[in-house]
Amino acid sequence: METSDKLILGKREFSSRLLTGTGKFASNELIPPMLEASGSEIITVALRRIDQGAGDDNILKHIPKQTTLLPNTSGARTAEEAVRIARIARQAGCGDFIKIEVITDMRYLMPDNQETLKATQILVQEGFIVLPYVMPDLTLSYRLQDAGAAAVMPLGSPIGSNQGILTRPIIELIIDSIEIPVIVDAGIGKPSQAAEAMEMGADAVLVNTAIATSEDPVTAGAAFSMAVKAGRMAYRTEMGPESIQANASSPLTGFLRG
Amino acid sequence: MSFLNTIEEFEGFDFQGHFNAVTDQDVRAALSKERLTQKDFLALLSERAAPHLETMASKARKLTLQHFGRTMGLYAPIYISDFCSNHCIYCGFNSTNSFKRSKLTLAEVDTEARLLSETGIRHVILLTGEAPAKTPLDYLEESVRVMRKYFSSVSLEIFPMDEAEYGVLNKAGADSLTVYQETYDRDIYKQVHLAGKKRDYEWRLLAPERGARAGFRSVNIGALYGLGQICQEAFYSGLHARFLEHHYPNVEVGLSIPRMRKAEGAIDPRNILDDLRFVQFMTAFRLFLPKVGISISTREAPEFRDKLVHLGITRLSAGCKTDVGGYAKETDTDTAQFQISDERSVDQVVAMIRNNGYQPVFKDWDRI
Repeated sequence: METSDKLILGKREFSSRLLTGTGKFASNELIPPMLEASGSEIITVALRRIDQGAGDDNILKHIPKQTTLLPNTSGARTAEEAVRIARIARQAGCGDFIKIEVITDMRYLMPDNQETLKATQILVQEGFIVLPYVMPDLTLSYRLQDAGAAAVMPLGSPIGSNQGILTRPIIELIIDSIEIPVIVDAGIGKPSQAAEAMEMGADAVLVNTAIATSEDPVTAGAAFSMAVKAGRMAYRTEMGPESIQANASSPLTGFLRG
Repeated sequence: MSFLNTIEEFEGFDFQGHFNAVTDQDVRAALSKERLTQKDFLALLSERAAPHLETMASKARKLTLQHFGRTMGLYAPIYISDFCSNHCIYCGFNSTNSFKRSKLTLAEVDTEARLLSETGIRHVILLTGEAPAKTPLDYLEESVRVMRKYFSSVSLEIFPMDEAEYGVLNKAGADSLTVYQETYDRDIYKQVHLAGKKRDYEWRLLAPERGARAGFRSVNIGALYGLGQICQEAFYSGLHARFLEHHYPNVEVGLSIPRMRKAEGAIDPRNILDDLRFVQFMTAFRLFLPKVGISISTREAPEFRDKLVHLGITRLSAGCKTDVGGYAKETDTDTAQFQISDERSVDQVVAMIRNNGYQPVFKDWDRI
């Protein structure tokens, strides 16, 4: 087993496989201690929430310098809007990372895969490190990979639903099939579900609601960090497959060696 | 297919009979579900649900935290004109009320917008009376452009328009639309709207749909409590929100529960929605419509608004003036559309939100 185990996005290396978000916190002041407790090195922030002129209310002021900012295109209804938001984010000094969120369903916040693919194709050409948030779909994942996406971010279940990895069978196919990292995003409500995603072989998870809305976001961040590490270690040790019965030794073909 | 079909579907429905027949079991069944039917919603609006208020509140709080987090959006209105050709007998702006009416010049709109934005507010609502001759489309369009310089979101709460006119204002930079039906009861609607374009019930009822088609990203609806039967108004409001969610999935749907306030030269409210039923309805809305934003204006008293923070609301107005040019002058409440009840400053409301363990959110949108 290789000793270094880094998450690579674009050309950047990360030690932590837990990505976090800035939404839904009771106070932005909880973000720095949450990042420290969780070890998360990448945090996503909605460009529409950034108010550069707002002083302490400016969310960016609460994100430590060493943390990689992953601006997202929340609020975009089309590929064109997502592209415009990404460009504005880069001009605003938010870096080259962009998480594409194109959502046309306001109730369940389901991503629009077609528009997301279009935005990915354009933004990769413009030099962005593109992380598209998608409804799990293997064919689409191949196309995103071809387009030059830095990862794919399939949802486990609807954003904020805390229902866990309901899309597990499809995510497993994606993990098994594509070369770029697979980051399970949305729906992870408990550390055990984060561990499950990592055991499945996901390269990372993104957790926001479960941390931000818990009674103690800092401790919740620490709990998710441990779960992600445990799940990753379990995956790397290639734990034995499950079986519901003991395996008798070659009951059908043993005679050949007899 | 429009919401008019739903209204017609319930014409002649015996609401009182239905509400009287709701059993405790019906309420418990509704409370045990994640996705509520119309029948469940009716059960939660009925008096039978009152003993279950604490359970409703606890579920509403949990759902709101899950979907909106520990955050509270802030907004405030700017009234740009109080000229009005309607005669709505519950409104201080009605055409038979004689007071010195005014309309802001674009320079004055600029001043109001600047003064309000200095309080930190980033989401504004532009309001007018209904007097297209005084406030024609191009005036509204220019006003929107002026406000866009100061605010990241401009919402409209103006008279109903056709889709093309809405499109013009959307293109100018208005991103949200609010149209309250006032009352969903056609008969009462006729009785309280005596003159003016507003007499046309259907034109108003279908305005949110025209707005959604015209490109507004968010549409807010609701009834004015103090006119029709409260349970019916709440029921239709909930169905209206759900209809919009189902037919315009890319639109964020919002709901308000405005209670009529006493205004100069207007009738007193009837069918009073008291605080207890208000909370019951609000939590019922949350359970029926988990993703719908609920805003509470300064019509409500400070101590009541503070408590609602924990019960399902997602947006609060703050530091509001409801008269034309109110931010630039000492308010003359005689000519306000209604008397506001919570007169606290933006800073005071922000402090209250923080003390309640929530993050005040000034900016949650940007026109790109």
